[in-house]
Formats: sequence, structure tokens, C-alpha cells
Amino acid sequence: MAKPKIPGLLVGLGITFKTMLKPAVTVQYPHEKEIPAPRARGVIALKEENCTVCMLCARQCPDWCIYIEGHKEKRPPRREGGRERSVSVLDRFDIDYSLCMYCGICVEVCPFDALFWSPEYEYSENRIGELLHDKQKLGEWMATVPPREPLEIGAEPGKAAKK
Amino acid sequence: MMLALEIGWGTTLAIKTLVVLTIIPLGALILGYTFLLKMMSHMQSRLGPMDPGGFHGWFQLVGDGLKFLQKEDIMPAQADRKVFAMAPAVVVLSTFLIFAVIPMGPDLVVENLDVGIFYALAVSSLSVVGVLMAGWSSANKFALLSALRSAAQLIAYELPLLLATVGVIIQAGTLNLQEIVLAQQNGAIFGWSGIGDPFILTQFVGFTLFLVAAQAELSQTPFDMPVAESELVSGYMVEYTGFRFLFFFIGEFGTAFAFAAIAATLFLGGWSIPGVTGDMANILGPFVLFAKLMAVAFLMFWVRFTYPRLREDQLQSLAWKVLIPIGLINILITGILKVAI
Amino acid sequence: MSTTGTPAAGSTSPDFTIDPGSMRHLAQAQVNVELDTGDMILNLGPQHPATHGTLRLVVRLDGERVISADPIIGYMHRGYEKITEFRTYPQVTTLINRIDWLSSFANEVPFVSAAEKLMDIEAPPRAQYIRTILTELSRIATFLLFLGEMGLQVGALTPAFYGFRDREHILNLIESATGGRFHPNFNRIGGLKDDLPWGWLAEARSAMQVVFDACDTFENLVLGNEIFAARCKGIGIIPAKLGVAYGVSGSNLRASGVDWDLRRDGDPYLVYPELDFKVWTHPDGDSFSRYFVRLQETRESARMVLQCLDAIPAGPVMTKVPLIIKVPAGEVWVENENPLGQMGYYVVSKGGTGPFRVKIRSASFSNISILPWLLQGVYVPDVVTILAGLYFILGDIDR
Repeated sequence: MAKPKIPGLLVGLGITFKTMLKPAVTVQYPHEKEIPAPRARGVIALKEENCTVCMLCARQCPDWCIYIEGHKEKRPPRREGGRERSVSVLDRFDIDYSLCMYCGICVEVCPFDALFWSPEYEYSENRIGELLHDKQKLGEWMATVPPREPLEIGAEPGKAAKK
Repeated sequence: MMLALEIGWGTTLAIKTLVVLTIIPLGALILGYTFLLKMMSHMQSRLGPMDPGGFHGWFQLVGDGLKFLQKEDIMPAQADRKVFAMAPAVVVLSTFLIFAVIPMGPDLVVENLDVGIFYALAVSSLSVVGVLMAGWSSANKFALLSALRSAAQLIAYELPLLLATVGVIIQAGTLNLQEIVLAQQNGAIFGWSGIGDPFILTQFVGFTLFLVAAQAELSQTPFDMPVAESELVSGYMVEYTGFRFLFFFIGEFGTAFAFAAIAATLFLGGWSIPGVTGDMANILGPFVLFAKLMAVAFLMFWVRFTYPRLREDQLQSLAWKVLIPIGLINILITGILKVAI
Repeated sequence: MSTTGTPAAGSTSPDFTIDPGSMRHLAQAQVNVELDTGDMILNLGPQHPATHGTLRLVVRLDGERVISADPIIGYMHRGYEKITEFRTYPQVTTLINRIDWLSSFANEVPFVSAAEKLMDIEAPPRAQYIRTILTELSRIATFLLFLGEMGLQVGALTPAFYGFRDREHILNLIESATGGRFHPNFNRIGGLKDDLPWGWLAEARSAMQVVFDACDTFENLVLGNEIFAARCKGIGIIPAKLGVAYGVSGSNLRASGVDWDLRRDGDPYLVYPELDFKVWTHPDGDSFSRYFVRLQETRESARMVLQCLDAIPAGPVMTKVPLIIKVPAGEVWVENENPLGQMGYYVVSKGGTGPFRVKIRSASFSNISILPWLLQGVYVPDVVTILAGLYFILGDIDR
């Protein structure tokens, strides 16, 4: 109570009246949009060519919402006369966003930088089954992944922000 | 007067009924939109509905009304069916009846009763019967508690409401609302009759009392214990759906509209505006009354959106220990001054 | 509760069973016998706006007066203690975010420091500072919501919206640092996931000004309101000894005059020993004093954040830890001062990648255990006031 002389009832009326005169803070969603922070965990994007089907993400996921299938393929050797290379090819990479907890463990454990966070958030669906994003749809999210942002003063030098 | 003579009484009655029937939902809509949707939103630093109808969501309440009409009419299995169905009608009826005596111009009044203010206050307390019926017949414990609270509240608040108007009645010397307006229009403040004599100047205590009591009568915050959505989950209305709920909604805001109109008539000079008389007053009257009414309603809703809710026992002690004594003292002083001057 | 200065009352002594309200009741006994009507049993909840979720209160009413009230819990039991036995440590960190969802970051800290204690490592100083800042930010976010919502529960609509409006600034801060508004999952065993983004410290500094302004608003709009005082003063008084006996903790206990705050009195954790802050108490122990204490603690938290922002050192935010974390066998108990009160984890490890057993001591569960005693003899509207004043999160009760 800054001014003990004025009764609290009147001070309260003053506060609501002043707020009425100020512009509202509402963001009118479909017409105008807030820009989420670059780090915001909106949706997971997949860079398919980096994935080696190591299954680390699927195993580390706390609620097992990542489904991966793959097979081995023989590729011609890099150098003349070398051995044939054996490469893992991704057949299926699905993330079920109706189960996902957005914890980010999969992005973090990925050793080959195949998964990224994108702050995109507008992918709600009318049917729950459509929240299962396949590898093509996950790949499309790659376009929305923001560049790595600089870190605050005092951060360990030479280390860029992790994805 | 000329107009009324040319058409027969049957037509007049039909016109009068039509006017009252349109004014209430329209008033409820205007109050609901201006204050509930827009003023409250801005006081809470938000915008409220913006899309329906294009301009600042003006269509929202109409759309809500249409939606309510389509909804299924659910009646609880244990409900007292007849009483349950009648209750909303009783609530709305009392609102309609108040409007019969409110003057909107020198000749624009549905029924110029000699006991106008007495009638208005008597009829307004009918709504609590409807609330009691709703609460009892819903077969719901929350509704029952709410109905009992509502009845207790009415008994506590009818008296200050009446006492607040007595000061005005003494000063005007009449119970007729039309004559109260004329008394204010033709009055003078210490001999200066530039703006007449709105009774808010001489009866400020009465005006404050009237607003507080009206707030309780309308069960608006800080006296909204019968509705109390955080404890009784909206009380007597809890089992109502569809158009029956719509009736309660119209009743709530229609009554607020009516009480604002009564307060504007009693204390702010009603339809009268300085320097305008005759046919001009008949044309301007409704708009002037509407402007004054909105000012009063703004005060009532401003309080509603700012304050927390009192407890039922605190309301009773406030009514009996504070408001009624103040009302009596106000009458005493008014009476002494009336005789002395 | 062993660290408190006030001796704990072992059992409920007789002087606690009579409250001032029931004395009035005795005086009216004569009348009540003649007008005796049957009691009415009212079910508040599991879906009721006053119960913040799915708490169910079976209230026996005489008119509007509560004769007895039984809280029934468990509608939201999610089995966290069991589920932790089948998850690895990083996975547990993301799960326990959801216990008290309003201050998730503060939930993570005690668990992660328990694991760190078992592994005998310590997060670098910069990480400790960032953890402190984020913990205090989540405390502010929780309390801002309380400050608004308490108004809503006693009938004022507007403060709730102010609470949400001003909390938004804090949530934006948390989001831009951690990536999640509600579930940060930012703590890692041995430090933090990442450093702060560029410009975050300056943003935090300006957000603290918003918090101070918000506190002034609430002080004027709610705390200074005479109707609010009439509704809350003398309602739901928890005597200090009884509060301690029931295990009430945090701001609820401090509002009863017990000067006990784990940030100051417990095992030193994070950087609290280096900060200068006041532990607010109030002698009354009623709902009004709980509001007062939380309001002051919000300001105090904002001051602590400002101190941390000034003192934050440069350096790494993560120590060297193996890629697959295995915690050595052992048992450890870590308790922290969470926004809602004392929150602790008893972690038993058998050397695997996940804990063998975790016992979670959540604040709200103990805080509402006093409800049956507290609700005797009050009116129905006071039930709502008391529930709002105790401020519990259902996830924190049912786990």
C-alpha cells in the first residue's frame, strides 16, 4: 500500500481503469503471430542423408515414439580396387507427435547431426493419426531450422551453440 | 399526446408491448457487448472477441444467442420439471415488467403509474422467486445453496434499495417517475436553474446506497455469492442449457439495464436535458436516457470487474449494520432540510 | 523437517482441536438442537474450479458451515516413482518436469544434484548460477500465477489475467534459454544442456522490472483491497507447531511465522549461500498472510535474479561426463526449497544407467494433508479461500 490514505477499493478501481486505457497485450493469433525463440522446441526436423540408422534416438526416447526401419546396401568402392562399402539405408523414420514429450533427448543423442529442432509450431491436425510424421514430412521441416545463434557473453569460447 | 390520440388503444398496447419486448433483449445485448465483452477485456489488458461480425466482434453475443437456441434442452432426471421449466420465464418476466414505468420522454412512457418507483422496486424483486424456483427444482446441491443465498441476499438488500430512493421521493414529493424527472428538470440549485437539479447532487449518499444495493440485487461482484463461479460453479444456473440459459442471461443483463435506467431516472434527471422541451425532448429523450444509463452501468460494471466477492454473512452485516443506518440517517436529514427550506 | 528451529509437535495435542470458529458454534448449540436438519454431503470436485484440477473434497455441510471435509486424491496418479525405475537418468529428468508443472525447472534441480552427488561431480560455477536464475524464474512464474489466481478464487476476475499477462515475460525468458516454456529439460548431470543465448541477461534484467511492477499492481489491486482482507484475514489459520507437525512447508509454513527456508537453512545448494536475501515470515498464519509472504517472496526472487545476473561468472556450463551415464551404487537424499515448499528426492542407485528406486517428497502432498483439520467449522466460501491460499498443484500431490 503505497498511499495508505486512499482506500484500497478506490486504488483498485484506478488500476483497472488505467489498464483499460493502455493498449491490450493480446496477439490476434491467426492474423498476427508471435515469433517463438530460435531455441523453442516446436518440431523435430530430419536431415535424411546424415542418418545412419544407428537407432540411438529411438532407444533413448522416453516414450518410444520414434519408429525406424532400415536395411543394408552394398555400394561401389570409393577408390578403384577397394572393397565394396556396406551402407545403411533409411526405409522408415516416423515420429508420432501425439506421443512426443518434446524433451529433445533424440536431438541431443544423435551422433551424426541428423535431427534438429525447429521452432515451427503450426502442425495441428484434425485426426490424431495424422500427427505421425514420416521421413518426408520430417525432412520438409529442415527448411525452418534456424541458424545457430550466438551465445551470451561469458560462454565458453570457441563453442558454438548446440543444435 | 397527439400521436397517442390518433391510434386506437389496441394498437397502442401492441406498440407498447413490442417496445418493451425489443428493448430488453436489445439492452441486454448492448450491456453485454459493451461491458462484459469489451470493457472487461480491456480492463484485463486483452481485446475480447474481435472476429465475429467484422467490427470488433459485435456479432459475438447475437451468435451466442443463436447458438443457445440450437442447443439441446437438458433437464436433470431428478428435476421438478414444471418448476424447472417455469423458473427462467419468471426471471425474465420481472425484467420486462420494470420497463413498463421507465419514462423515455415527456410522453414516451409505457404506463405512467402514480406509484411508479414503488411498482418498479416491487416487480424487480420477483426475479428472486424465479431464482429460488430454479435452485430448488434443479435437484442440485450447488443450485440449492445458491438459491438460498440469493433469497437471503434479497431480504438484506431490498431495504437499503428502498431507503435510498426514499430521499429522492421526499425531495420530489411524488412516487411517479415521470414527475420525478420533471422535478429535476424544473429544479434549481441555489436559485440557478441552468441544469435543473439532478438529485445526484443533493442525494449523493442515496445514489451511492442505490448503486451498492443494486449491485447486490443484480448479484454482481462484490455481491455475486449466488453465482460465485469459483465455489458454486454459477449456482442456480448450473443445470440450465440452451434457450433456458439464454433467458437467465437476458434476465441478468436486462435487469442491469433496467436498474441503470432507474438510477439514471432517479438521480441523473432521466430523459431531461437542459434547454430541450416539447417534441424535441420526445425525440432526444430516449438517447439522453440511454447515455445517462450507460454512465451508471459503467460504474456498476467497473466495480464488478475490479472487486473480489464478499461472503454471505459479511454481506448481511454490511447491509444491516452499515447501509440501513446510513439510509435512515439520509432520510432524516433530507426530511429535516425539506421542511426547513 | 529436522533442520527447523521450532520443535516439532509429536502428536496433535488437544489445544489444536478447538478452533475459534467452533466456539461460536458451541454458543449456538441450543438453537441448533431445535432447528436440527440433516447434514448435506457436497462433493467438491474432482472437477471443480476451486480444486485446480482433480482434487476431490467430500464436504459435510450444516447449512453453509463445514462439519468435516475429506480430501480424496489419486485421480491424477501417474506413477512417477515406479516409472523412474525403468528409465535412464536423462529420461527421468524429462519426466520429473511434469510433477509440479508450473515450476518444472525447480523440480529438475534436486534430482540432478542427487545424481551428481552420487557420481561425486559438480556442475561448473556458471552452470550453478544459471540454474539458480532459472529456479528463481520458475518460482516467480509460479507465484505470479498464484497472486492472480488467489484473486480469482475469492471472486475478482481481473487479477488472474494480470497474473497470466506478467508471467508471460518470465515464460518467454525460460523458453528462449531452454527451448521449453513449461518443461525445460535443461539440466544435465554435470551441468546444463547449453549456455544462454545472446542478449538473454539484458532481457532478464528488464523482465525483472516487469516483475516488480506486477508485484506493485497485485499489492494495490488485491492485497490492499478491503474486501480481500475481509475474506482472507483469520481464515484458515495454521498454528506454527501444528503446521510443522503436519509437514507443511515452504511459504505456507513461513506465513505461520516459522522462519525456515531451505535456501538458507538447508544443505547449501546452488549459489544461495552467496546471495543476500531476506526470508519473509508473517505471524498470523491465515490466508492473507500466505498471500503477503508469497508476494514478498516474488520480489525477493526478482532481487536474487538481479544479483545473479550481476555476479554470473564466465566459463563452461558442463563438466566432463561419460556419454552413457552410469551412477555408482549408493543412496542419497537431496531436498530443495521449491516454489511450493520442500521438495526432495531419495535416490537409490545400484550402479546402472537408471535409478534403482526414487522416493519423491513433494511439497503439495504434505501441504494439503492439513486440510481435514483446517476446513472444520469454516463456511463454504472459506473452503475456496483456504484451497487457493494453500496453493497446491495436483501433479505435485498425486505424482
